[in-house]
Amino acid sequence: MTTFLLRRLIQLAITIFIVSLIVFFLVRLRGDPISVMAPPTFSEEQVEQLRAAWGFDRPLVEQYLVFLSKAVTGDFGQSIQARRPAMELVFERLGNTILLTFTSALIGIIIAVPLGIISALNRNSIVDLLVTTLSALGTAMPSFWLGLQLILLFSVTLRLLPAFGALTPAALIMPSVTLGVGMAARMSRLTRSAMLEVLNEDYVRTARSKGLRNRTVVIRHALRNALIPLVTVMGLQLGWLLGGSVVVESVFSWPGLGRLMVESINVRDITVVQAGLLWFALCFALINLAVDVAYTFLDPRISYE
Amino acid sequence: MTVVIKINMASRTRRTQTFFRALLRSPAGLTGFIIITLVMLMAVFGPLLVPFDVNEPNLRARFMEPGFTDSTGTYLFGTDQLGRDIFSRVIDGSRVSVLIGVVASLISGTVGVLYGLIAGFVGGWLDSLMMRIVDALLGIPFIILVVSISGIVGAGLTTVILILGLTGWVTYARVIRAEVLKTRNLEYITAAYAIGQRPVVIMFQHILRNVISTAIVLGATQVGITILAESSLSFLGLGVKPPIITWGVMLADGRQYITSAWWMTTYPGVATTITVLGVVFLGDWVRDMLDPKVRGRR
Repeated sequence: MTTFLLRRLIQLAITIFIVSLIVFFLVRLRGDPISVMAPPTFSEEQVEQLRAAWGFDRPLVEQYLVFLSKAVTGDFGQSIQARRPAMELVFERLGNTILLTFTSALIGIIIAVPLGIISALNRNSIVDLLVTTLSALGTAMPSFWLGLQLILLFSVTLRLLPAFGALTPAALIMPSVTLGVGMAARMSRLTRSAMLEVLNEDYVRTARSKGLRNRTVVIRHALRNALIPLVTVMGLQLGWLLGGSVVVESVFSWPGLGRLMVESINVRDITVVQAGLLWFALCFALINLAVDVAYTFLDPRISYE
Repeated sequence: MTVVIKINMASRTRRTQTFFRALLRSPAGLTGFIIITLVMLMAVFGPLLVPFDVNEPNLRARFMEPGFTDSTGTYLFGTDQLGRDIFSRVIDGSRVSVLIGVVASLISGTVGVLYGLIAGFVGGWLDSLMMRIVDALLGIPFIILVVSISGIVGAGLTTVILILGLTGWVTYARVIRAEVLKTRNLEYITAAYAIGQRPVVIMFQHILRNVISTAIVLGATQVGITILAESSLSFLGLGVKPPIITWGVMLADGRQYITSAWWMTTYPGVATTITVLGVVFLGDWVRDMLDPKVRGRR
């Protein structure tokens, strides 16, 4: 286990290193970031001063090394807009995004797993048709559109829930449901197919022929094995949620990292964009690591030695 | 020569027949096929179908509810803040949404398949390096990557297509590489080597042909993802800009007036959902068709 963890951590470090390269070049896609950052009112001389102050006049390799060496200590530079360290801004918002992501994941799982099981157990029935159609609908809907429709129903018409912000706990409900529905749709499809696969296995037939109660067979014998492929895609699903947060946070003005990213991109605040991108990647990588570890506990057949 | 052609034609008609017969047997597949056909027709013949000029304001008919009629005609889906007909704009919006979905997926499919093919076929350190890059690109959630790039590069129809095309290939690369690794050691490949075929020929003639069906299935999903991504981008103001109409642009417009004019957001959203639903249904059906394990069961 220790060697496995060590190897995965090294892998993680390499991935983050390459991500840092991508992030570094991403903000230079149009050449010098100054051309993106500088207000159009600036004179040639002021632009030149800004360029020197930011070090953009030095060779690329040197710029990257400076960026990297500062980034590992958590220094991404000052936000141009807020005039505060970019890292501080990211940390203020990160917690909200994590809260939103996990609540949505929870909602997604709570909806998806029972529906997937019911639909697999009643294959080709009306219930199955209903569940599969609903889940297809859920994957096809743009999340932000669902969010807008929820606002329309619960805030505008019924006046039950706040449409934006994060002042009360109730404000968490709509954004997390919006994100969670998409996840539930994808996960219920997966649960259904994983259950169908497992229900055909010999050990399920054995369990049934032993005369075990249906519930015991489904939950103890089938579900536990069906969970394994579900956990595999969990990392990917949480990545989807992190990505989706960018859009959903903007719909509900949820003060998270995703909204900060969109705001910073709109005003070309590149230090914050860089810090945000790296933190998103780091969170995603850590989630995947956690999933891999959870895996070994769930399925004793898998060992990483 | 003529004989060969005749046989080919015959087998092609038979294949078309089997295709449609299988499609008729699957309600979801058929629904998907019908939706996609209708959307395609809408995209191609849009300008002939629209009852109103899509960009012509009618200031006396601003924010009119669906079904509103005046001397110029009936506004089936209502009007927007400038009195433009939502119904016409939804039809017109299909063109760009479909164009972006299809072209970007073709770009990402081509890049991804080639990338995965080379990585899997060549192997060794090149494979390791190429896959580390893929890992890193997958390490940044897709939408966040796309949003950041379009923010930096600047928006527009061509840039949006290029951005979505050049970021979406990563999934293909990984899946195709895995398929190539499986195929690479099969007997017929060894046989091809044995009769002295060049590696490039083997790569494109024998391996590519055997992994292409996987790419087609992925492509179907990718079209849906791309259409949704475009609409998210335009919604955030980082995608296609007016006067070009996409469903995402319409949703971004409608958002500001959501409390007073629900129809401005509802209809373009429904159009997007139905289109992507068609893609999902058709994609699932194609996957089942190409997977011999499932094909027998249905």
